[in-house]
Amino acid sequence: MINTKNWDWGIQNKVLADIAEIKSRYQDVHEFVVSPDGEKIAAPVVLEDDTFTACVNNDQWPDTFEKLWYLRFSPGNKLTALVMSDDEWTLAVDGRVYEENYEYAWDVRFSENGESISMLYKRDNLYGVALNGKPWANGFVAIRDYCLSPDGKRTAATVQVKTLDEADVFGFFAGAWSVAVDGKVWPEKFINAWKPAFSKDGSLVAAEIRTDICEYSVAVNGKSWEKKYGSVWDPVFRPGNGSVIAAVKEGSNWFLAENGSRIWGRNYNQIWLPKLSPDGKRIAAVASPEFGKWTIAVDDRPWAKLFDDMVLAPVFSPDGKRVAAIVKENNHWSIAVDGKTWPESYDMIWDPVFSPCGKNVVAKAEKNGRYAVVLNGKNIGTNYDALWPPIFSPDGDKILLRYIADGKYYREVRPLN
Amino acid sequence: MYEFVRGPLVWLAFIVFILGSIYRLLQIRSQLKKDKVVFSYMNFKYGMRSILHWITPFGAVNMRKRPAFTIMSFLFHFCLIITPIFLLGHNLVWYESWGIHWWTLPERITNIMTIIVVAAGFIFALRRIADPTVRLVTAFSDFLLLLIVLAPFITGLFAYYQAFDYKTMITLHILSGCLWLMIIPFTRIVHMIFFGISRAYMGSEFGYVRHAKDW
Amino acid sequence: MKLIDSPESKVVDPGLDETIKKLTPEKIKRVVDHVLTKENAGRLQMYIDTCVHCGLCAEACHTYLSRDKDPNFSPVAKVKNTLWELVKQKGDVSPEFIRQAARIAFTECGACRRCSMYCPFGIDIAYLIMIVRRICSLLGVVPQYLQDTTNSHAATSNQMWVHQDEWIDTLQWQEEEAGFEIPGVRIPLEKEGADVMYSVIAPEPKILAQLLGNMAMIMKVAGIDWTMPATDGWDNSNMAMYSGDFEIMGRVERLHWETAARLKVKKIVMGECGHAFRGAVYDGPKWLGWKFPPIPMVHAIEFYYDLIKSGRIKIKEKYKEPVTIQDPCNTVRGRGLGDKLRYVVNELCEDFTDVSPNQEHNYCCMAGGGTINCGPPWKKSRMISNRVKAEQLAATGAKIVITPCHNCHSGIEDIIGYYNLGMHVKFINEILVETMERPE
Repeated sequence: MINTKNWDWGIQNKVLADIAEIKSRYQDVHEFVVSPDGEKIAAPVVLEDDTFTACVNNDQWPDTFEKLWYLRFSPGNKLTALVMSDDEWTLAVDGRVYEENYEYAWDVRFSENGESISMLYKRDNLYGVALNGKPWANGFVAIRDYCLSPDGKRTAATVQVKTLDEADVFGFFAGAWSVAVDGKVWPEKFINAWKPAFSKDGSLVAAEIRTDICEYSVAVNGKSWEKKYGSVWDPVFRPGNGSVIAAVKEGSNWFLAENGSRIWGRNYNQIWLPKLSPDGKRIAAVASPEFGKWTIAVDDRPWAKLFDDMVLAPVFSPDGKRVAAIVKENNHWSIAVDGKTWPESYDMIWDPVFSPCGKNVVAKAEKNGRYAVVLNGKNIGTNYDALWPPIFSPDGDKILLRYIADGKYYREVRPLN
Repeated sequence: MYEFVRGPLVWLAFIVFILGSIYRLLQIRSQLKKDKVVFSYMNFKYGMRSILHWITPFGAVNMRKRPAFTIMSFLFHFCLIITPIFLLGHNLVWYESWGIHWWTLPERITNIMTIIVVAAGFIFALRRIADPTVRLVTAFSDFLLLLIVLAPFITGLFAYYQAFDYKTMITLHILSGCLWLMIIPFTRIVHMIFFGISRAYMGSEFGYVRHAKDW
Repeated sequence: MKLIDSPESKVVDPGLDETIKKLTPEKIKRVVDHVLTKENAGRLQMYIDTCVHCGLCAEACHTYLSRDKDPNFSPVAKVKNTLWELVKQKGDVSPEFIRQAARIAFTECGACRRCSMYCPFGIDIAYLIMIVRRICSLLGVVPQYLQDTTNSHAATSNQMWVHQDEWIDTLQWQEEEAGFEIPGVRIPLEKEGADVMYSVIAPEPKILAQLLGNMAMIMKVAGIDWTMPATDGWDNSNMAMYSGDFEIMGRVERLHWETAARLKVKKIVMGECGHAFRGAVYDGPKWLGWKFPPIPMVHAIEFYYDLIKSGRIKIKEKYKEPVTIQDPCNTVRGRGLGDKLRYVVNELCEDFTDVSPNQEHNYCCMAGGGTINCGPPWKKSRMISNRVKAEQLAATGAKIVITPCHNCHSGIEDIIGYYNLGMHVKFINEILVETMERPE
């Protein structure tokens, strides 16, 4: 989690940039991004000579590039972008480029604590992960899903470990995929491996694996669960111990298993995205108790309210007592907290955010092309041209709003009550 | 023998037909429930739209492509169902046994209708032999089923015209009629019961789900 | 049961020939039993019990018509030669029988569903063929090239082994190319909160990249707020659906929908592809548990229709060459978009002659349903199986066949070549960028 204690939590509403003015300054201005602390707004901009750079508040990075995209702020408020010069790609952080260049680099990610930055790269036709500018010692013929450990010290990715000729279906089924951790590949090969995930301390990696045409399981540090299933989704570690929970399919039923043993007794038509409460004691997951109906199941009890369209990943409150999720019905989006849907629905809604005490839930929402801040189902700020997800202060008494209105970018800290 | 077929066997036939049909309906309902999507997509409007198109002569493209077959097939099925229900002789039996009676068709008409059923049935059989496409997918059981379906009509005709020994013929007539009733739920003649369900599902999938026509 | 002896039965395909060597009677029986009793229920039983072997489905099938009414090519015969036998023998069949079933189900039926419009009972014969494919898939007996495509979906979430960097790089390159045509054109990647996510099938970045540039121009001219993902989940195609690997099918579709949800778009617009529409809107959601797609999905035909009808795109000068249409099964019979397709073509082209039969009744291209993905060994058989398509197209006298579907596009191109029709195929996309009014 990022530390928000040092941010400016004084009640205020300040204008940090004139958006209209920025747009008038450049040939083209791409999508704006804002820093988590709200102090900076930035965008990739195109200069008159068709080169790119990043504009930050009223400044711009000194260097220009042939291409610049994927401008993103890290949780620690560093501004990063993928940049190309002389046909080579690398990452620029706060305007300074990494020393290592690549044939291609993409999919930049940040560790939870905001300390580490990683990305995928291709060099000499081999693929790997670069962590804080350092590429893996070994490259692979292909790379796909990857992740960073919560402390930002390690990286893991699904990789293809042997070259296959065109249409070599036999080589494929003999097993050509595995997981590489910090560039070192597991000795075990699988038909497929997907979605690697680290344990809290970074010592274990779990991944979905496929061991036969229709035989799936979970591997932890290379070792498959003994039990095999008809399909598997989303392995995740239980905080506190090294055990892994995943959604699995047996026959036509889905349920949750932990370390290869069934832990949820109810049969679901579908279940995925199991999430654990911070203390690791409770589990919530997106579940379909019957065909065409979706909800959240918490500790194997589905909410009474079912939704037709879609339900997104559950979010636990910091104390683990409450669960919220984005829900969709009749092509309208809303948020449900502990099975109760907010009264209004929206054209689009962003992830629910719990206050530190768990009492309040806030989200960014869109209606008719305008954006609103919704707190516990009530609009507390509306009609913004653009808005970024609201953030609670550490004590939960205040809320940080970052928005564009009347052509200007505002950073507002507002008391709650 | 006549007494047996005229009494207990008819009872048995109707009981087997009715209970068998109910059993098949319940059984297919539970099977269709396991097939998760079926009841979820079933839609009254589009189901009916499809059924109506397909019980209307020339209501579907395929029917228009083969007019002679279409006319024959509709006549066959129409006469097959209507004739026994509105036949004077059957009505008299109902009246004799239960004191109930309803509207009857003139015997001249039912005679023609019976002949149509038998003639169409024979053409169906011939088609199974003559058309290589149909022959390939025809099993011996297809002829057997056709024979069971036609038997009451043939024997009925013979009985009516007293062509052979009447008593024997009428016994055979009742016997075959009962057999016919009894096998409906348990053979491919079950299409009589399932037609509405399979048609309604396809109509729903085409109309309600895929926004398209299915005729 | 006697196996069919024909030129097709002698085609060499390691995906069938090598894989049946590993089959044991026990394995075949186990898989058949599992699929017939555990994975399928009501419809299978209803359809088997209801079919009266009347053969009225025969003339619906382009393979039957094209092969001078060869009885083995009628839809019901394809079921008889595969599924009926599996049901009757309760899975006690030989590996060679499984090979025959795979050949019929994968290469001689495109699951186009035309025959279900000719069956008086509405029996979904393509569904029965898909059950056979499922059995073959679980036994590992799938034509090599089709299996390879499914393997690509499994490993990369796209159809053609496209690496993630190749995908993004291609979009950036096409953005540049389109920018030369219309200044300021962008392909906005990873734009959270855009109205539209545009998704395509892997042959676009791999071999037909200009279609992406074309779409960027169309989006620019129409003023659409759109985005494309720079992660996996961009490919809406799904050959796993056709090879019978429903677990991989579901995996691919889940990622596609989750990508749209992650990007916070209000709808997905997809390129000109038919089977991808089927996978994303019907088969994928159904397997995953959605009755309907979780987020609205608009096929390109409908998207162009809306743009032209609403005046967001105006046509400067109509296309002059005589054109005709290939109605894609999965968007016309599968979505009723035939009228909208004709509206678009009439708005874009001066000289349009319709095919006959048309709309829901149009013949399949014999490339869809995974058939073209079975690869070169089966091409000749596919061509022989669609002579009626060649005759139908030739009768229009058109020079251009508009094919708003990738499989149709490749399939019709093959037919034009094989039967020397002297025509060309085009996507709507290509004619639209040529004819639309561009900003000054």
